[in-house]
Amino acid sequence: MATKNQTGSRRKVASAMDSSEMAISITDMHKWFGEFHVLKNINLKVRGGERIVICGPSGSGKSTLIRCINRLEEHQQGSIVVDGTELTHDLKNIEKIRSEVGMVFQHFNLFPHLTALENCTLAPIWVRRIPKAEADEAAMKYLERVRIPEQAHKYPGQLSGGQQQRVAIARSLCMNPRIMLFDEPTSALDPEMIKEVLEVMVELAESGMTMLCVTHEMGFATNVAHRVIFMDFGEIIEQNTPHEFFNNPQHDRTKLFLSQILHH
Amino acid sequence: MTESSTPQDYVPGTHPDLPPPVGTTGAIGWARKNLFSSPLNIALTLISVYILISIIPPLVDWALVKSVWTAENRVECWGKMEEPEGAACWAFVKSRLQLFIYGFYPQAERWRAQLSFVLLIFAILPVLYDKLPGRKHWFWYVVAFPFIAGWLLVGGFGLTPVDTDQIGGIMLALVIGVTGISFSLPIGIALALGRQSNMPVLRLLCVLFIEFMRGIPLIAFLFVASTMLNYFMPPGTAFDLLMRVLIVVTLFAAAYIAEVVRGGLQGLSTGQHEAADALGLNYWKAQRLIILPQALKISIPGIVNTFIGLFKDTTLVLIIGMFDPLGVGRAALADAEWAGLAREVYLFVAMFFFICCFSMSRYSLYLERKLHTGH
Repeated sequence: MATKNQTGSRRKVASAMDSSEMAISITDMHKWFGEFHVLKNINLKVRGGERIVICGPSGSGKSTLIRCINRLEEHQQGSIVVDGTELTHDLKNIEKIRSEVGMVFQHFNLFPHLTALENCTLAPIWVRRIPKAEADEAAMKYLERVRIPEQAHKYPGQLSGGQQQRVAIARSLCMNPRIMLFDEPTSALDPEMIKEVLEVMVELAESGMTMLCVTHEMGFATNVAHRVIFMDFGEIIEQNTPHEFFNNPQHDRTKLFLSQILHH
Repeated sequence: MTESSTPQDYVPGTHPDLPPPVGTTGAIGWARKNLFSSPLNIALTLISVYILISIIPPLVDWALVKSVWTAENRVECWGKMEEPEGAACWAFVKSRLQLFIYGFYPQAERWRAQLSFVLLIFAILPVLYDKLPGRKHWFWYVVAFPFIAGWLLVGGFGLTPVDTDQIGGIMLALVIGVTGISFSLPIGIALALGRQSNMPVLRLLCVLFIEFMRGIPLIAFLFVASTMLNYFMPPGTAFDLLMRVLIVVTLFAAAYIAEVVRGGLQGLSTGQHEAADALGLNYWKAQRLIILPQALKISIPGIVNTFIGLFKDTTLVLIIGMFDPLGVGRAALADAEWAGLAREVYLFVAMFFFICCFSMSRYSLYLERKLHTGH
């Protein structure tokens, strides 16, 4: 639950996990799409409460990497352990992990035949078996948190892109996940809507959520991330704090990438 | 600034909302845009109007204005008209109406057919319209209805048994049509899901079944059902002909429905499956809550199309000696007192099918409008 301390900023009280415990632990992970070696020797450890931004050129495997974490993609080699449970073919493990990991997609993927409120309450009612009245109340709280409570009874087709993405964030939060994955959440948005979504993500970050974010929004990375990871051709090339990453890139490819994105 | 052709210049930001020019909206606007917009359009409009004027007044004249509704036989009927055969002799249809509706169902038991029909209306309404109060409680009634209606129509257990050969006419068309439609939809959906499944054996079985049922004409299946099925069954089983027809028609339609639904399933973006997975919904919950509602909604035109075709295909049972409305019509035409009134009979049967099929198609439009959520 979020509370306000005396300085007015929100901090998560009784964090869902010990910060020394690994939220995500990826070891020697490889993935192939057919013959194509898309992820090579990924080693990544994410602590509870940590916020990571993953960046890199298109095709570098960033989205594939985070999609492996909630088993939207399968890895062929290595291990992924999320919140103490290893990701294998075992369906029970997969479902357990998916209920702890929320995901926000580039193209929102809201359910168009349900209202915003129904989108948010669907999983709590049908997966966690929470009674409808309780789920509705919780969903309205999250819709307020993403600042669109008045859109609760509208259908996604009636909402703008920024509003849809915020509903998508609220929908994931309604399952009370411990980890949130963002796959280029603002890439499909008009510039004037990017700000409203980023504000929601910043507020979420400040409440202590563990976040893995694939994004090109470097301002967001600088303000909020603990670590920035650069990927290219399926490998993790470099990772560092935002300050070090942007000011002292070590690898040549990192320098090339930064020169391309920071100078337009 | 150049001279403006508008009557008044407004300061930017103060332009009021004006009505559109006369002649671009309303009935006149519609006619100008759709009927008279180009020389080709004008020519086509005039030709169509000419065709309609040549056909419709004489048709209405023949069918309604000059028609004869009461007579004892054809000669008398034609005697009542200004010129023989100059108008429709609906007296024939009227005198044979019971035959058209019930076929050869015994007179004394017709109340059972009528009761089944009333019960059918009550079973269909909650399925079609979800604004009815207390709709949830009718669920068990709807599920039980096929058994109730079956018992009522066929008899046994306290009601005099009626041979299914005696069911005919409109009753037969409704029995085959309603049974075929209601059972082929769930079976078709199951086949479509099976065909998409990751389990190779299940997928193979579904594909084989669908391709087999689609590859052979319905008429051939009906022949097989009426003549050869006895060879495939263990000796001594006497499978009722109507039952065999119902099974064949249902499975045939299910294969078509499966392909329509598969098209609908393919129309969904993979993002929907991924979002459902990411929220932790298992396969059945995702299908039931997310995938199928959307896929079925897209498939409504195709599904209703298949149902309309199925309903009309019920007349094929004519070939195996059952008396659907067309079969009854032909039997009635064999009567010497009324021979020669083929037009009236076929028009009547055509009207029956048209009314049923058109209602289905209107309902489908209603359903699409109701489910439209702006995407």
